[in-house]
Amino acid sequence: MSGNEDFEKRRRRRSIAIALALGGLAILFFVVTIVRLGGQVLNRPL
Amino acid sequence: MTSVSDAGLTLDEGFKSPSAVAGGGSVGDYVALMKPRVMSLVVFTALVGMVAAPQPIHPVLGIVALICIAVGAGASGALNMWYDADIDARMQRTAARPIPRGRITREEAFGFGMVLAVGSVATLGLTVGIVAGALLALTIAFYILVYTMWLKRRTPQNIVIGGAAGAFPPMIGWAAATGGVSLESVLLFLVIFMWTPPHFWALALYRARDYERVGVPMLPVVAGPDETRRQILLYSLALVPVAIVPGIVGPGGLRYLAVSTALGAWFLVLALRVYRVREGRAGDQAAKRLFGYSILYLFMLFLTLLVERGVLAPLGVVRDWWL
Repeated sequence: MSGNEDFEKRRRRRSIAIALALGGLAILFFVVTIVRLGGQVLNRPL
Repeated sequence: MTSVSDAGLTLDEGFKSPSAVAGGGSVGDYVALMKPRVMSLVVFTALVGMVAAPQPIHPVLGIVALICIAVGAGASGALNMWYDADIDARMQRTAARPIPRGRITREEAFGFGMVLAVGSVATLGLTVGIVAGALLALTIAFYILVYTMWLKRRTPQNIVIGGAAGAFPPMIGWAAATGGVSLESVLLFLVIFMWTPPHFWALALYRARDYERVGVPMLPVVAGPDETRRQILLYSLALVPVAIVPGIVGPGGLRYLAVSTALGAWFLVLALRVYRVREGRAGDQAAKRLFGYSILYLFMLFLTLLVERGVLAPLGVVRDWWL
């Protein structure tokens, strides 16, 4: 594998790791919000 | 150039990572930058602080707190490697770290560390509690500003004072659960704080040449091995009773009291051996044995607390014997 390909491959994997971390952070904030507000947050008038 | 003076070692401003290219680091390199082994110990002691606290924490918030504490520890590791890249490159133990190997540039390590530091403190403060967030910020700041940048290259007391940074995690865990600081959490802090000097000086006794070469004034380099042995013994004599106190005052119970007393007695035996056996390989061997045992000692103390407060207490097996 050439140095350039290797460089690209590492960059791609880093990008995936950053995307997963950001996605995880979004889920984390959502779950914490639900926990903080309590289950009643889902009982809203339609 | 790096220079050693009375004022201490100055940072080698001209240090450049060997053939480092921006954007060249792999995911594994960034993980290594966070010192995962140190991180695991930090998470473990924080978990024990959290479990030992008198108020339970919601499991989701507990996990979030532990993630934030782990990321904060990772930030400290990355910022430490950013600042110490010049000496890391010349020490056997640290030469394979990502910056000396040329996988990550110092600028990248700094940016990565700062993002993690700010992110972990803000998330912990906003989601779990302001006191826990403030303590995490204090821990990172203490490790980088006080230990790494100020004390490490200037005084043989570097790890005595700097050891506070490693002692905060159980207090952060406790604060995450209770929202505050109390005598019991300060006692857990004190156990790690008093443990750090004999632990690190035992390592420094047989790694003195490494530290000497890069001009880090560890105690064996500055005061000599005999004085280091004396200090190890003195600190061990102070550590053992301090580590027993949580078994009397709390948060430990009778089991913790028994375990800490027995383990402490063996700690003193090994420290005394380090003090007495000074020559050749036997001397190095005694220091290595104390170093290895010191890790087991701290791990067992906190594991006992974890089992006592996290497993036995909820089952009703343990009652606080002093009540």
